[in-house]
Amino acid sequence: MADTKEIAIGDIQARGEEIKSDRMSLNVGPSHPTTHGVLRLKMELDGDTITYVDPVIGYLHRGDEKIAENMTYNQFVPYTDRLDYLAPLANNVAYAIAVEKLADLEVPERCQAIRVICCELARISSHLLGLGVFGMDTGAWTPFMYCFTEREKLYDLFEELTGARFTTSYTRIGGVTRDVPEGWLDRVEAFLDEFMRTVDELDKLLTRNRIFYDRTVDIGIITKEDAIAYGITGPNLRGSGVDWDLRRDKPYCGYEQYDFDIPLGSKGDCYDRFLVRLEEVRQSASIVKQAIKKFPPGLWYAEDAKKIYAPSKDKILTSMEELIQNFMLVTQGPQIPAGEVYFEAENPKGALGFYVVSNGGGVPYRLKIRAPSFCNLSILPKLLPGLMLTDVTSVLGSLDFVMGECDR
Amino acid sequence: MTQSDWIDLLVKAGLGLTVIFSLMTMAGMSVLAERKVCGFIQGRLGPNRTTLPLIGSIPIIGRAITRLGLFQLLADGIKFLFKEETVPGHVKKFYYNLAPIVVILPSLIAVAVLPFGTYTNAEGVTAPLILANVDIGILVILASSSLGVYGTVLAGWAANSKYPFLGGIRASAQMISYELALGLAIVPVFLWANAPGSDVALGLTGIVSFQESHWFVYLMPFTALLFLITLFAETNRAPFDMAESETDLVGGFHTEYGAFKFGMFFIGEYAHIVFGSALFVVLFLGGFNFLPMLADPWPAGILGAVLSTLWFIIKTAALIFLFIWVRWTLPRFRFDQVMHLGWKILLPLAIVNLVVVMIFLAIITPTAS
Repeated sequence: MADTKEIAIGDIQARGEEIKSDRMSLNVGPSHPTTHGVLRLKMELDGDTITYVDPVIGYLHRGDEKIAENMTYNQFVPYTDRLDYLAPLANNVAYAIAVEKLADLEVPERCQAIRVICCELARISSHLLGLGVFGMDTGAWTPFMYCFTEREKLYDLFEELTGARFTTSYTRIGGVTRDVPEGWLDRVEAFLDEFMRTVDELDKLLTRNRIFYDRTVDIGIITKEDAIAYGITGPNLRGSGVDWDLRRDKPYCGYEQYDFDIPLGSKGDCYDRFLVRLEEVRQSASIVKQAIKKFPPGLWYAEDAKKIYAPSKDKILTSMEELIQNFMLVTQGPQIPAGEVYFEAENPKGALGFYVVSNGGGVPYRLKIRAPSFCNLSILPKLLPGLMLTDVTSVLGSLDFVMGECDR
Repeated sequence: MTQSDWIDLLVKAGLGLTVIFSLMTMAGMSVLAERKVCGFIQGRLGPNRTTLPLIGSIPIIGRAITRLGLFQLLADGIKFLFKEETVPGHVKKFYYNLAPIVVILPSLIAVAVLPFGTYTNAEGVTAPLILANVDIGILVILASSSLGVYGTVLAGWAANSKYPFLGGIRASAQMISYELALGLAIVPVFLWANAPGSDVALGLTGIVSFQESHWFVYLMPFTALLFLITLFAETNRAPFDMAESETDLVGGFHTEYGAFKFGMFFIGEYAHIVFGSALFVVLFLGGFNFLPMLADPWPAGILGAVLSTLWFIIKTAALIFLFIWVRWTLPRFRFDQVMHLGWKILLPLAIVNLVVVMIFLAIITPTAS
């Protein structure tokens, strides 16, 4: 392996360390089954033990933040789909709320309830994938397939609601694109009962499985202090035992009306993160059920926001005022007053933040995205050394990141 | 040599080829079974589209065969044959080409000493169906199956690339450490069968005829379990498949192989499984004997031979199903956990088991008088 050492020497010298010839450098990714996308890890191995890790990110960088400056607020909604592409609905909602805060706009209760349902269904969809893929990373393929079967049903529901399975682009500034279809809520409820069986099955297949237990317990421990210091959010933070959930601590979208538990881990290892996700799926289902139970009547958009939310099509075709309003909206975008706002929402992967600066008009002056996956991955160089090569799959699976969001 | 000697030789060669072809066919069928059973376990359909131009349009049978995916086997085989043979520039060519052959050979050698059926002629004389009825059958099997690891190590080394290298190292360490427990799990069977006065020696036909009325699987369940676990490890099957674990090593030792060479690794792995299952059937499930405590119903003549062989294959298939079932249910061990299990748990258990069986046998065996 003469040729491989030369690469390692550069890295070692850069760190000012002595060159140890018994180390092997290993490049994992950007195209590798462990990395769930295009993460690349430059590793140095001592036998099967990792001594050094350097994550390389940016293979999926598209310049979303810069793109946002060149389009109106509503035109950016499809780009938010592609951040955490496993939970596009949650991204849509977080972005819409951020801009609405800037415009100081309150959406009606029905819209809020729809958004909560969307967010929680997105969380279920994302966590199902996270749990399934985590099982696959430890070598159990079947749970992954079970989860995908359920996600397929969710996608059908999304398609019915938004018109698209994957890239939903459901929200607009000041509301959502359309009301829930007739009977959709019943179908959601039916799904929630049905998919709980899969979650229980997942629980039975993995939670008490001795091999799974061996592969995840005490692997990749993130302490409370580390979790806070590295800015880790979401289930990964709660897996470390930090009691912080934006849905409860900084409620938005009317989350304060719902009753739900926040699962916490005790140790912060891969197993805890798995358990936290498993419980969060159940809690999300309960939130959706509550939201459906007290689903409020009314409109699904802010009616008084004439300069922000487009009027309905039949009014555009019949009334002069609405026609002008629509024309202005399409050509110049929703009119957002000057100012700046930072808003974080509790997304499946963690706290997704949008920092929006507006100079007035229909285009943001600057839009910064705080991507949870990016922060969650930042701990890798600290987490991985000392573990074995096979543990990388467990740790990466348990961190449940999405490169679309990390690289944005 | 006289003419009859030549004919004898030709018949032997023909039989040998038949057995090898059957083993390969069974390996191929277990690939298909793996995909179908995996689909069944995961709530999918598995391969169900491949068909030949005309057969698919036969009213009922053609459709059924297509749905069963029987032609998938053929399609995969053709794909492996006709894909371009690419040899990466950095490999050590001789060993790179040698490795797939070494992987596939051991199970083909070992199958020669495996009794798979019984034949009773008109006079009532019974003979086992076996290619080479040798006294040292189990030694041949142990010797040749130990060779299997060389293919994996060679592949890992010859590929001259890091993932295969790691895979090769893992595979060799694992196979070597489980060989011991495997051997120790076989010993009790032969101890029991070699009661004073018997002429079983180390041949497998004796083991099968010994199990005519009672099978070892319930005489010595713990030994059978030990043997089964080590068999999983020896065949590199899940949950012990970290040598080729696709999630971290992307295929392990065969990462750099493509086309037909990969096909040989693939078939070799399944040939191992088929052979391992057959060995378990011979050692613990009574071989071609019908059921415990029941007389063999095989009629005299060819029919009996065919029926007993079929029964043997059915038992083997059941065990192959177990292999597949376990693979799609359990997660994968980590490398050091496999080592830990092998050296610190299975090996001591195998030794204790051996001692216990020895004491037990000393008590129940009537002293030679």
